[in-house]
Amino acid sequence: MAKTVNLKIDGIDVSVEQGTTVLDAAKKLNIHIPTLCYHEDLCVAGNCRVCVVEQEGAKNLVASCAMPASEGMIIHTNTHKVRNARRHVVELLLSEHNADCTKCYKNTKCELQNLASEMVITEPMFIDLVPFKEYKIDKQSPSIIKDDSKCIRCQRCVRTCHELQHVSALGVAYKGDHMKISTFFENPMYDVVCTNCGQCVNRCPTGALIEKNYIDQVWDAIYDPNKHVIVQTAPATRIALGEDLGMEPGSIVTGKMAASLRRLGFDSVLDTDFTADLTIMEEGTELLTRLKKALVDKDQSIKLPMFTSCSPGWIKFIEHLYPEYLDNLSTCKSPQQMFGALAKTYYAQKKGIDPATIVSVSIMPCTAKKFEAARPEMRDSGFQDVDLGITTRELAVMIKQAGIEFESLSDEKFDSIMGESTGAAVIFGATGGVMEAALRTAYELVTGREVPFKNLNITAVRGMEGVREASVKLENVLPAWSFLEGVELKTAVAHGLTNAHQIMEAIKKGEANYHFVEVMGCPGGCIGGGGQPIPTTPEIRRKRAEAIYREDEGMKIRKSHENPEVIQIYKEFLGEPLGHKSHELLHTHYHPRKRV
Amino acid sequence: MPDKRLKRVDLIFSEDCIYKDVLTKALNKSKEDIIKEILDSGLRGRGGAGFPTGMKWKFTSEQTESEKYVVCNADEGEPGTFKDREILTRVPHKVFGGMAVCGKAIGAKHGYVYLRGEYRFLKADIEKALDQFHKTLKEIGSDFQIHLLMGAGAYICGEESALFESMEGHRGEPRNKPPYPTIAGFRKKPTVINNVETLVYAFMICNIGSKKFHDLGTADSRGSKVFSVSGDTPIPGIYELELGMSLETFVEEFGDGDTKAVQVGGASGFCVPRKKFKDTIIGFEGVPTGGSMMLFNSSRSMYNVLKNYVEFFEEESCGQCTPCRVGCQQLKKGIEAVKKGEKSAAYLDSLQKLADTMKITAKCGLGQSVANSFSSIVDNFKEEMIY
Repeated sequence: MAKTVNLKIDGIDVSVEQGTTVLDAAKKLNIHIPTLCYHEDLCVAGNCRVCVVEQEGAKNLVASCAMPASEGMIIHTNTHKVRNARRHVVELLLSEHNADCTKCYKNTKCELQNLASEMVITEPMFIDLVPFKEYKIDKQSPSIIKDDSKCIRCQRCVRTCHELQHVSALGVAYKGDHMKISTFFENPMYDVVCTNCGQCVNRCPTGALIEKNYIDQVWDAIYDPNKHVIVQTAPATRIALGEDLGMEPGSIVTGKMAASLRRLGFDSVLDTDFTADLTIMEEGTELLTRLKKALVDKDQSIKLPMFTSCSPGWIKFIEHLYPEYLDNLSTCKSPQQMFGALAKTYYAQKKGIDPATIVSVSIMPCTAKKFEAARPEMRDSGFQDVDLGITTRELAVMIKQAGIEFESLSDEKFDSIMGESTGAAVIFGATGGVMEAALRTAYELVTGREVPFKNLNITAVRGMEGVREASVKLENVLPAWSFLEGVELKTAVAHGLTNAHQIMEAIKKGEANYHFVEVMGCPGGCIGGGGQPIPTTPEIRRKRAEAIYREDEGMKIRKSHENPEVIQIYKEFLGEPLGHKSHELLHTHYHPRKRV
Repeated sequence: MPDKRLKRVDLIFSEDCIYKDVLTKALNKSKEDIIKEILDSGLRGRGGAGFPTGMKWKFTSEQTESEKYVVCNADEGEPGTFKDREILTRVPHKVFGGMAVCGKAIGAKHGYVYLRGEYRFLKADIEKALDQFHKTLKEIGSDFQIHLLMGAGAYICGEESALFESMEGHRGEPRNKPPYPTIAGFRKKPTVINNVETLVYAFMICNIGSKKFHDLGTADSRGSKVFSVSGDTPIPGIYELELGMSLETFVEEFGDGDTKAVQVGGASGFCVPRKKFKDTIIGFEGVPTGGSMMLFNSSRSMYNVLKNYVEFFEEESCGQCTPCRVGCQQLKKGIEAVKKGEKSAAYLDSLQKLADTMKITAKCGLGQSVANSFSSIVDNFKEEMIY
């Protein structure tokens, strides 16, 4: 059992586990200490100094986020000295910050602005340093805008990119007054090893790192009478969108989201979940085909393990850092891109609409999806398959702009076609979900029976452990799959690119022997995506994941291969999984990128 | 406070002992004896902060981890300090001896010398001296090993935790404390980090005994110290003097007859004006110094002196913490604005308050000590700041 220590904060006694910081001890007493560089997902930096408190007996103030509580410690969080010091610190940050708040994308959502407002800072105390700086704005990436003039050097983004993502696209450069957050050789973000995951955007307290928003372009399309504007919504958006519209984390808003999209004026409100189901059909078949070629035909050119390919952050990561494993990637496009390719072919044909007039919009929990939509590989419909990718956050902005009272909306359904989905599709939004969905279908395909887990819940692949392993033994298989009799299908799941790195290194060293590996670029999977509402913390991710599984349990159909629209599209259009048409529209190949 | 007379001491550079014998004698002591000797001597760190050396060694020796380190901080970056360079040039083997003795006391097998980037010209000689030292150690039967690492020219890397970061190949940024180096230093292992001069004194104390050292100096500042004397003085140079003398005594010896102020302890130290020479003791009870003693005569503008210091800090701050990174910029811009008349003289008070905040909120010693020179110069030479 961990030792406890007793301390006193603002006159109140509190006992905490040894190692707990003063900040967390104060939280236990519901004493709020302001912070900026602190983030629950990240290591302690202790560099903004906003969270300073007074410790009796100490000559200096201490940073409560970095100071471990100790026995007999007496802390004061609201003294004259503390107040003055915090005020000074915030004033200093403001003096270096381009405080052009009304023109800032983060206006009213900025942690520095909140602090300044809390402190009622109306007259600047110090000299404005901004005119003396040569701040740069990098707008070249399709996903992320980096504006150094808004940066407060808290290094949350640097820690995020390094600790959570093992990418380190962002680092600290120079020292003293020239110190800044920069990239390799100060190259633009689009030209460095950046996966566009947007985790930095999700953690930036100010407007220094923001998503490139396409809100106006979406409105323009909607208002254009000559355009047929369709929208698809990713699985993880429906359990997070509410957070940006006044609701609690973990609120399921699928029906309200569909209703609001219709009110915004989209011509057809469709669902990425449909192509998530389709992905399972294609990817599941691909896995079984690979297994047959490897196990029966002994084809040495077949690469195992097979990796999932839904996460565009993960795709770019592997392109940069593990290009030798590109052939291990499933050739399936992501659900967003399958949807895009089908929207301007299958959907257009069925509806009798000229695909040239279709504007295909996607609502994604992700900033990397913007980059993915713009990839040259993604034009198999003869057009850019997805025209505009926007984040959950951008959608929330649009809903507010349209004056929609989101919480009071009645639930509505998605349109058809390409609006039908299953529980297997919605769990794509949480880490382990693609694996679970694939196993539900693949197991049944091979054995004719449902997966041997209570209520179809494959709990072994769920959870927030960084890397999880599960194996399923295939017994009494159907005659067509007799080569798989007795095979133990070994799978692994990783989320967040640091964990992906770990699994890749294990595979590289020959220490891991998997058949199928699911990797999601963001911590928690898409529910924790870079385009999701801010803040995203471990607790919020847990609530969103719970909501995803609740949504799954509530669905009538919970296996992808039972989706009636999926059955229909194979009958009417695609033929069979991995068939000729599928290859043309739903599969692709990626290419190596430079490592630096 | 009784004023010690100026007394020259010859412990650091003296060669009137047989090095190998001293080393043998020291290394034959038990670790407890070594630590007791250093504790009894009253030796405090000579880098400027003045932490009791024996305590540092004791805390580290008490750590149960098998991997520990001795680090010699030779990142002599404080403006006006040049004594470590001289020590490393003339008596490097004594520095190494101090490290070996410390290694024995705390149970470390490896020592590192972190040498200031600007002292690259010393590298070859130090390496040669190290070869010789390792041979001597082998003859005595010790397998302690010392490695040389180069800094790259950042002042902040003299701050111990930034120095460890730099040694580990990272950006030189100070860490949060606690944990302190005695628990988690280099490679997060228990580490003693001492200034070059401290290590030589520790070594010499093992030879002369703690009493002889303890007899020198004052209650708070035992022993002697090497001073780097520069500025308006006819006799600039390196002097080893007993601690506890007043600035008046010091200026009598080293001044040019027109000394108006002495900056004690470099840019991060204190400025003492003429009227306070008599009552100011050089030592931990008065103004502490890592060795830098800069004399200014009446031809000098204290505004220029201060501006030079804040410019130095503005550039040498690692930039990670707000009070230091932005505070230094504000102090500089602030005094410039007052001088130009863009801000009223009252703005100096705001800047003083800012400096006070920096002192209590900055993450490390760099940001915390900017206020030392700033406040002491602004306080004592206010009219020079305005007119």
